[in-house]
Amino acid sequence: MASDTIAGTPRADAEISGLDALEIAGRQKTTTRAAAIWASTWPKVAALAIAIGAWQAVVWAGFWPPYSLPGPATVGQELLRQVSGPQLWEGMATTLRRAALGYLFSVGVGLLLGLAVARSRVLRAAIGSMITALQTMPSIAWFPLAILLFELSEKAIFFVVVLGAAPSIANGVISGVDYVPPLLLRAGRNLGARGLNLYRYVIAPAALPAIVAGLKQGWAFSWRSLMAGELIVVGISQTSLGAQLTYSRELSDAPWLLSTMIVILVVGLVVDAAFGAADRSIRRRWGVLDQAGQ
Amino acid sequence: MTSTTTTPRSATGSVALHGVTKVYGHGESAVLALDGVSLDVAPGEFVCLVGASGCGKSTLLNLVAGLDRISGGRIELGDGVNPGLMFQESALFPWLTVEGNVEVPLKLRGMPRSARRERVAELLRTVHLADFARKRPHELSGGMRQRVALARTLALDTPVLLMDEPFGALDAMTRDLLHDELERIWTERKLTVLFVTHNVREAARLADRIILLSSRPGRIIYSTRVDVPRPRRIDSPEIASIAAEVTDKLRTEVGRHGQ
Repeated sequence: MASDTIAGTPRADAEISGLDALEIAGRQKTTTRAAAIWASTWPKVAALAIAIGAWQAVVWAGFWPPYSLPGPATVGQELLRQVSGPQLWEGMATTLRRAALGYLFSVGVGLLLGLAVARSRVLRAAIGSMITALQTMPSIAWFPLAILLFELSEKAIFFVVVLGAAPSIANGVISGVDYVPPLLLRAGRNLGARGLNLYRYVIAPAALPAIVAGLKQGWAFSWRSLMAGELIVVGISQTSLGAQLTYSRELSDAPWLLSTMIVILVVGLVVDAAFGAADRSIRRRWGVLDQAGQ
Repeated sequence: MTSTTTTPRSATGSVALHGVTKVYGHGESAVLALDGVSLDVAPGEFVCLVGASGCGKSTLLNLVAGLDRISGGRIELGDGVNPGLMFQESALFPWLTVEGNVEVPLKLRGMPRSARRERVAELLRTVHLADFARKRPHELSGGMRQRVALARTLALDTPVLLMDEPFGALDAMTRDLLHDELERIWTERKLTVLFVTHNVREAARLADRIILLSSRPGRIIYSTRVDVPRPRRIDSPEIASIAAEVTDKLRTEVGRHGQ
């Protein structure tokens, strides 16, 4: 074969790069960082302003006496007072320590369980649907049993947090592994990825978006379970956020109660935003980020 | 079986199929996909498999690639040859950059990092994508993705390339250019190519030999050499007349399945 007549003639090279340039052109869309931040921030600020306005309106309407439902200004002052004192931070430290401990353990259990079920047909038949059933069980329904087993203790809370979070995480892993595109599996095997390498190079990264979704949902469940647990299991000496809610109710200290609720909401939002950022960065790399999305 | 005599280390690109049969399912519902396909592909030969839907073209490539088990017959490859497989979709890993994708087979072979980097750069130059090493697959056009997939397959350093309608989803202009590219790379690297397509002109443009498969079950019903000197053009009269000849046979075969 007369290879010198074919091999990379300048004309063909120019055609190839010309075609590439034409096809790539106009794909990059640039917005400044400040504009992007503003675009995603102002709707949130507006929504917050509307919510506070509605709250104030309800207070002014006078359905409840001010000692039951104080207005945003009163609660805001209380919140500032709490933020500058040690009590809130001690409570938050206790709560976050429990959350981290319970959540990390749930991640370990959830990942192992999910992988095991995704891999083994027998395990899937045995407990696959049970994991989903566990997920639908309201975590607060576990507390009576947890208290019987572990008394009013940290262990009871831990038990319920793990039962709340682990099934979601396991489900994320299972659906992630199930929905790895078969074409990518075939490509991976053809490139020499067999056995454990197939997991490392193809299945794990392909399943990552679903796993992150499971982790995010698991966090939401564990946070809710933890709050429920701290409300019920108050007997422990430490003043967690949940315990502070209970005390403030018992003392009829509505500003304290509401400001604690705001703190709980904010913690949940911050962690959720972190998961959201991880999720978006994965989707951006994959090129599946919805253009209209934030 | 594969001979292990005189020159064991030289991985030659020959592919030999002896009465290869593939059955899907069991008993009543069993489907015969391939029925006794025998084919000898010489090292460095470019063979195009053409057929209508349901002729088991893709099945055949999967069997040769070792991704599926044969039900009967034998497939012989050179010693230690692991054929590379390309699909209609690029099957690039979306979580990796272009260079990351090309690097995967090298990593899996345990090639050290510095050698990998050099090799990836060389392969990307081969497919004219050196400037796009850091891009993600979704940032590229379909034709560029297929070139990345080609580079990734070439990274296997295999003498045998199996291609399953790799240019089927591309526009005509891009396809023509990729034909030139593939022909050049095939010549430079002395590859053996088994190329599946339903596009008869494409087959005539590329192949040394065209094999026509029947549908349900797949059997070889016709085979012709394409003795047109290279480089070729898809719109040349010689290619057109060969394509017309194969198309006639293909239509007769498709007509057989009408009522």
